[in-house]
Amino acid sequence: MSGRDHAIEVAGQVRDPEMPMLTLADLGVLRGVEVRPDDDGEAVIVSITPTYTGCPAMATMRDDLTHRLNDAGFARVEVRVVLDPPWSSDWISERGRAALREAGLSPPGPAARPAGPVMLTLGPPRPAPPCPRCGSAATRLTSEFGATACKALYRCTDCLEPFEHVKEI
Amino acid sequence: MSDESGSIFDGLIGGDSSQWAFGTDFEDPLAGVDTTVPDGVDHGELAGYCLMLGDDALIMSQRLSEWCSRAPDLEEDIALANMALDLLGQARLLLARAAAADPGVVPALPDGSPVPAEDALAFFREAEAFRNVRLAEVANGDFAHVVVRLLLFSAARLALLERLRGSADKVLAAVAAKGVKEVAYHRDWAGRWFLTLARGTDESHRRLVAALDALWPLQDELVATHPLERSLARAGVGVDPASTRDEVDAVLDQVFAVSGVDRPDRAPLAGVGGRTGRHGTHTEALSRLLAEMQVVARAHPSGRW
Repeated sequence: MSGRDHAIEVAGQVRDPEMPMLTLADLGVLRGVEVRPDDDGEAVIVSITPTYTGCPAMATMRDDLTHRLNDAGFARVEVRVVLDPPWSSDWISERGRAALREAGLSPPGPAARPAGPVMLTLGPPRPAPPCPRCGSAATRLTSEFGATACKALYRCTDCLEPFEHVKEI
Repeated sequence: MSDESGSIFDGLIGGDSSQWAFGTDFEDPLAGVDTTVPDGVDHGELAGYCLMLGDDALIMSQRLSEWCSRAPDLEEDIALANMALDLLGQARLLLARAAAADPGVVPALPDGSPVPAEDALAFFREAEAFRNVRLAEVANGDFAHVVVRLLLFSAARLALLERLRGSADKVLAAVAAKGVKEVAYHRDWAGRWFLTLARGTDESHRRLVAALDALWPLQDELVATHPLERSLARAGVGVDPASTRDEVDAVLDQVFAVSGVDRPDRAPLAGVGGRTGRHGTHTEALSRLLAEMQVVARAHPSGRW
């Protein structure tokens, strides 16, 4: 295996600190892994992008990536931030969506991509997602904001359990 | 408790900072981002413009975070804290961008101070160096007050960020593209609560109208043009807020119409000798806000805290 493939494999296994059922790659936050020769061998340059601008988990992601790559034998790791294009929930992989469901979280639907001005939404923001626990369609939005910047709160009116929904963005 | 990995207190003494629960933060939130200033753009002007956008976000974020633990219920507490966090994230990038464009705007700190540039800008400037609109700084009131303030603020900011996505400055364009997605959620939250309070009880309606009446004179500053904004709009870097006026009006009128609330008929709050928040002329509320926000950082200008 080449150094680059190895680095990609190691970085690809690092998990999101707030949603540990997802790898950073499945979340779509890991944007690139490069290996460049330098004076003492190889340096790894990893690019990540925040889900939300204020995401406080970025530093933990950087540290986790650095440590795991160090442990795998890459002595020099540089983590860079990419702001453009902005992260979209559409970047969450199929495997990531399955992992969210498995953990009782509702995965996002397709994100809107308005060409013109963003429309004001005074009614329900989207069709309510089905309950990830019992599958019922009888769910209600509790709040568009949750325990992390990327999640909304819903509850199921059949099984009565609250659940989190990863927001479309 | 001690085993081969050492005491749980080892992390308190220097060494590897990533042992902290949330790690340490990026020293530079723009690490790895191309901060080249576009050709023909004055560095000082770009920095001043970034301070306007960044200070709006920072001061609004501070006011929203003051709501933490005081909202009517836990969900709204969390919502307000989330919106504060989004705006704080935008502020960090914009203040860092200001510092990268023109290091001259960053207050001088003692030699060897580890305080990063965006923190120096947030915590070590005096009120008159802040360029935020006055709407962001006035003291909090009741829940209707924060709903109205957020509606007015986010309607204008969203319209502005939509246009700023086309900025010739790569950092501003990227911050705007992300910000549009975030502020759209803020505006929807405020719009729904506006409607709910307007059509709720007599008391919620009364409070909503009172908040709107009190804050309306500060709305105009959001869509008024400062010479710096005009200059950067011409350079293709900034957006003239006046160009958003019709769109902002349409959104607000839509909310007023479904809520059964009349658009207030009150004149804009005049500046002092024509100077407003954008010029650094603020209400006394900003001094009080900064006193609380800055006190810890100012007590330790050379320390990590």
